[in-house]
Amino acid sequence: MRLHRTRFLPIAAVAAAAATILAACSSGGGTSTTSASSSKPIVIGASVSLTGDFSADGQAFQRGYNLWASDVNKAGGIMGRKVKLIFLDDKSDPTQGSTNVQQLISSDHVDLLFGPFSSLITGPTATVAARYGYAMIEGAGGAPAVFNTPSNKARHNVFDVSYPIVDQYDPLTNWIRSLPAGQRPTTAAYPIVDNPFTIPPEQRAQRQLEGVGVKTVYSKVLPAELPNAKSVADQVAATGAQAVLLGTVDVPTVAAFLKAFQQQHYNPKIVAATAGPDQGAAFIKAVGKSNATGVMTANGWYGGYDNPQSKQMVQEYIAKYGGSPSDINSDVAEAYGVGQVAAQAVKATRGTDQAKIISYLHSGVTLNSVQGPVQFNSLGMNMKPVVFVFQWQNGNYAQVLPVGAPGSGQILFPKPNWGG
Amino acid sequence: MGHQLLRAIIDGILAGGVYALMAVGLTLIFGVLDIINIAQGILVILAAYLSYLLSVHLHLDLFLGLLVTTPVMFGIGVLIQVLFMRRLRGRERTSMSLLASYAVMIIIEGILYLSFGPDYVTLNAWYVNESLHILGFYVPYIYLFGFGLAVIMVAALYLLLYRTTFGRSLRATMQDRTAARLIGIDINRVAALAFGIGVGVTAAGGVAFGATNAFNANSGYDLISRLLAIIILGGMGSIGGALAAAIMMGTIEAVVDIWSPTWSVAVFYIALVLVLTFRPQGLFGQREARAQ
Repeated sequence: MRLHRTRFLPIAAVAAAAATILAACSSGGGTSTTSASSSKPIVIGASVSLTGDFSADGQAFQRGYNLWASDVNKAGGIMGRKVKLIFLDDKSDPTQGSTNVQQLISSDHVDLLFGPFSSLITGPTATVAARYGYAMIEGAGGAPAVFNTPSNKARHNVFDVSYPIVDQYDPLTNWIRSLPAGQRPTTAAYPIVDNPFTIPPEQRAQRQLEGVGVKTVYSKVLPAELPNAKSVADQVAATGAQAVLLGTVDVPTVAAFLKAFQQQHYNPKIVAATAGPDQGAAFIKAVGKSNATGVMTANGWYGGYDNPQSKQMVQEYIAKYGGSPSDINSDVAEAYGVGQVAAQAVKATRGTDQAKIISYLHSGVTLNSVQGPVQFNSLGMNMKPVVFVFQWQNGNYAQVLPVGAPGSGQILFPKPNWGG
Repeated sequence: MGHQLLRAIIDGILAGGVYALMAVGLTLIFGVLDIINIAQGILVILAAYLSYLLSVHLHLDLFLGLLVTTPVMFGIGVLIQVLFMRRLRGRERTSMSLLASYAVMIIIEGILYLSFGPDYVTLNAWYVNESLHILGFYVPYIYLFGFGLAVIMVAALYLLLYRTTFGRSLRATMQDRTAARLIGIDINRVAALAFGIGVGVTAAGGVAFGATNAFNANSGYDLISRLLAIIILGGMGSIGGALAAAIMMGTIEAVVDIWSPTWSVAVFYIALVLVLTFRPQGLFGQREARAQ
């Protein structure tokens, strides 16, 4: 087929223009080399879930980012440059998250990208970031599915400042395994909402507990949008499992299970959830202080964490938003930690060149954050994570595991009765 | 297995009652006005928040609070009809109502976010977490009360539609607007009242939903697709059909949950498609009622 000359010329012109635009985008994005002495603000983009199913977490993330930016700017910025945040709402939808990141890079020409909430959205958005050579520094994408994407294996652009979630239940399962056989739960249930964040730790915990003879009486993956948690919860209650390890990502699902358990007069010795109970006051509002007592979750941070940077952040958060340390959603610290790690990388590389930042973060250097030390492996997992198990005790979010770790208090076991 | 199946059926029927409370208003509005009110989900949440305010600040019982929230929701419904729906005319009215009610949904959602923030809350009362122990099953009072209320509401709306002069006006409007106008029925008034009643009865749905689920301003999105499925299955415009379809949905899902929770929603939608294949008007819908 031959192209007609009059048709070919406009096509060639468009192609040339497109190539020019792409080149311009490329130079404005991944290979940006703004000098350290520039007085222009460092523009940071983040796609966060301000509406939708993850809005409570997304807005907590936004508060964490804002708090960090405010602290940095109060201290004169990073190497004299103020930071400016651009937030786009992903509506808790991975596709919208990817679109947002595309816009932040190619339209807003941000200097740095901060991660969204949840592994579900972080994975696809990091893939878009990789295409443009951007580092995706994030605090809530700890699922293996985020690290093992082909783009991250090729570009190594994901950096999760929090703990890898796959072994988040380890302190709990280790403690259960350490119990005398007579006290150890004999049966366990694993209702798992379908999400990259929930399945790996639940499966690992199930394997570990089965290894010491804890019989699995319920293990099912539930749809991501669970329309009627009550009927599933009633089935779990009917098994009489002595331990229930919920694989959840949000407060309403945990609340629905706890409500149904109470209605069924079913009180397991252990109730834990992968996420939900970590949301501070938001969890208590939905569940009630007395019904929350005894419920556990694993996390890398809590309001009472004995870390000077964390204490400072908690103080500032309370001054700005009110409440008590227990009320603070752990998402706030995860977001704040993202900012801290990014700032250290910008200072060390004396700019926002993405290739230099990626290379620096992979150099094995240990960085500081409100969640403790951060050191990345080749896929961007934090290799120095601090993971605790927390338990709600009469309105206080208390660190209880690992036993003997600094800050760990007495665990309530068996779990007190509902309303107790 | 028999015990497990029976529990699932009980769960399904009771959950169906809760969904029926939320869906009757939607089907009433469509039946009378040919308006697909996409805002129904957020109106349920608005009603739940109103009950929350009364419960937390005035310590008013949730069901007693309906004496306040139902008229308030009725007023909101009339306002929505007058401001957004009245001007929709002609053959495109039904499709345009989707856009108009979507706008209403966004506005209400925004107001709720600004007023209450993103945190989830739930409605509390002594009967929310307590259960009746009967024949070896724990049956939560809140679901029992919700189911009873759904039956009463369907009966009351049936009486209103078929045993009152106002009901006759409504049905006349439903069957032929032009003829209704010619015999002296004030179409605008009937439409506003019908919309108001449809939104007013949602107050009970708000209590039932808010007491059985933690909710925030975003929770309406998850509801609307299920409520639409219920009124389509029951027959659009059929109030009894909404109750029957909600029970069917709840039961199918709860029973399938025993084997595979991931399939429960899919199986319900397969059942919906099968029913519509053989009865396009839904279980209790009347084909001719929609032919205007």
